[in-house]
Amino acid sequence: MTHPMIEMRSIQKAFGSNEVLRDVDLAIDKGTSMVIIGGSGTGKSVMLKTILGLIPQDAGKIVVDGKDATAGDHDAFLARFGMLFQGGALFDSLPVWQNVAFRLLRGSLKRPRDEAREVAIEKLRRVGLKADVADRLPAELSGGMQKRVGLARAIAAEPEIIFFDEPTTGLDPIMAGVINDLIREIVVEMGATAMTITHDMTSVRAIADNVAMLHGGKIRWTGPVSTLDTSGDPYVEQFISGSAEGPIEAVR
Amino acid sequence: MTPTSALGIIGRTALGRLAALGRISRFAASSFSHMVRPPFYPREFAVALLQVGWLSLPVVALTAIFTGGALALQIYAGGARFNAEAVVPQIVAIGMVRELGPVLVGLMIAARVTSSIAAEIATMKVTEQIDALVTLSTNPMKYLVAPRVLAALLTVPILVGVGDIIGILGGYVVATETLDFNAAAYLKNTVDFLETRDIVSSLVKGAAFGTIAAVMGCYYGMQSGRGAQGVGKATKGSVEAAAILLLAANFVLTGVFFSL
Repeated sequence: MTHPMIEMRSIQKAFGSNEVLRDVDLAIDKGTSMVIIGGSGTGKSVMLKTILGLIPQDAGKIVVDGKDATAGDHDAFLARFGMLFQGGALFDSLPVWQNVAFRLLRGSLKRPRDEAREVAIEKLRRVGLKADVADRLPAELSGGMQKRVGLARAIAAEPEIIFFDEPTTGLDPIMAGVINDLIREIVVEMGATAMTITHDMTSVRAIADNVAMLHGGKIRWTGPVSTLDTSGDPYVEQFISGSAEGPIEAVR
Repeated sequence: MTPTSALGIIGRTALGRLAALGRISRFAASSFSHMVRPPFYPREFAVALLQVGWLSLPVVALTAIFTGGALALQIYAGGARFNAEAVVPQIVAIGMVRELGPVLVGLMIAARVTSSIAAEIATMKVTEQIDALVTLSTNPMKYLVAPRVLAALLTVPILVGVGDIIGILGGYVVATETLDFNAAAYLKNTVDFLETRDIVSSLVKGAAFGTIAAVMGCYYGMQSGRGAQGVGKATKGSVEAAAILLLAANFVLTGVFFSL
């Protein structure tokens, strides 16, 4: 019997009196790309961070590849993941290639320095960056280039699961399109399971196999991306159309 | 405001401070435990040694030389009131080694190193670099905190030693160049008067102050709130807390060394 790669069961999380996740149930099948949509401040990033253990949930269970996420060696658990952060989250003090090869220079996946550098340069090429970028510092790169370096870092250790947090935020439409295409290509090529958070509908259509909408601390709707426009859910319809009129309050 | 509500405010403030002290103690204990358990990050340790130790030398040297010089002038002027101008070498030596050297170096380290550590780690937190470290299977306590605390623990006593020597040198220059002291006699009086325990107390204070400075920088950085304001608050809070804790520790350590 096959099981989902990632399963969130009745996840709850509150910050003080603010209940961000009320009862989140979500399943992501192996090798598929799930995109989570929802308004700003609805807890999309919190959802993603609870899976990684960066934010502990108050209640509920997270199961990854059939096993409880909190059981066993956490480093080995995290080694299965790659993540592209919203702002890139590149380490300022390290040159680009050491950012990309960070995991390959230390810990259980450590490789010889020259080999790690070669892998980093290969991954940089994969995301469309030239080898001469390798020795530059992140601060010397444009926003789009930093996103690509972040993407190269996320895939450097060839993880089974990749998370993308707002991958196109702050990029111009052309660069956003390039990043969307890269994400799609890489996920398909690696056969990885992907989970993306975004409110960029172009991104959703380019990246997703399935879409879930988070609203009011719960998964409001989920389905294949092909059915997004015919979901019949007033919340999803309002979100797609970007209208101020509808069940989602414009002022939150 | 009623006396009861005033007492309530004092009580709550005191409890809050005690709880913060408890959290800081746990954080310090955790950073020590990570220092002795692998994995170790030698590159990060080497960078911290350079930042905390080597690059602090100019500030420490300038602070010490001016303090030593001023101390010689003060002691000479004060001593002249009861015909005790000759004690300048002894009092400069003991003043620098027992008290001013460790405290001033500690405070300069708090200003320079604590603020820089807090601002750097807080910025890393705000820009999700700390989260990125975790997702890359790297424990921030091991990668960011332990190397910095260990570097401060090891280098600040050396900086204090250097500060002591330069401070005494400042007093020597002022005394021999402007107060007509004999150079050889000044040095002999200094060396004869200092005891081993004066030097040991200076170095022990240096180790304690270095640890406090680094732990405070790391703690406030890791606890930083969001945005530029969060980074600013973390930096300010770290320097204030480090300076106050350092002066309190100086009082306690001085008492301990007096009682030995």
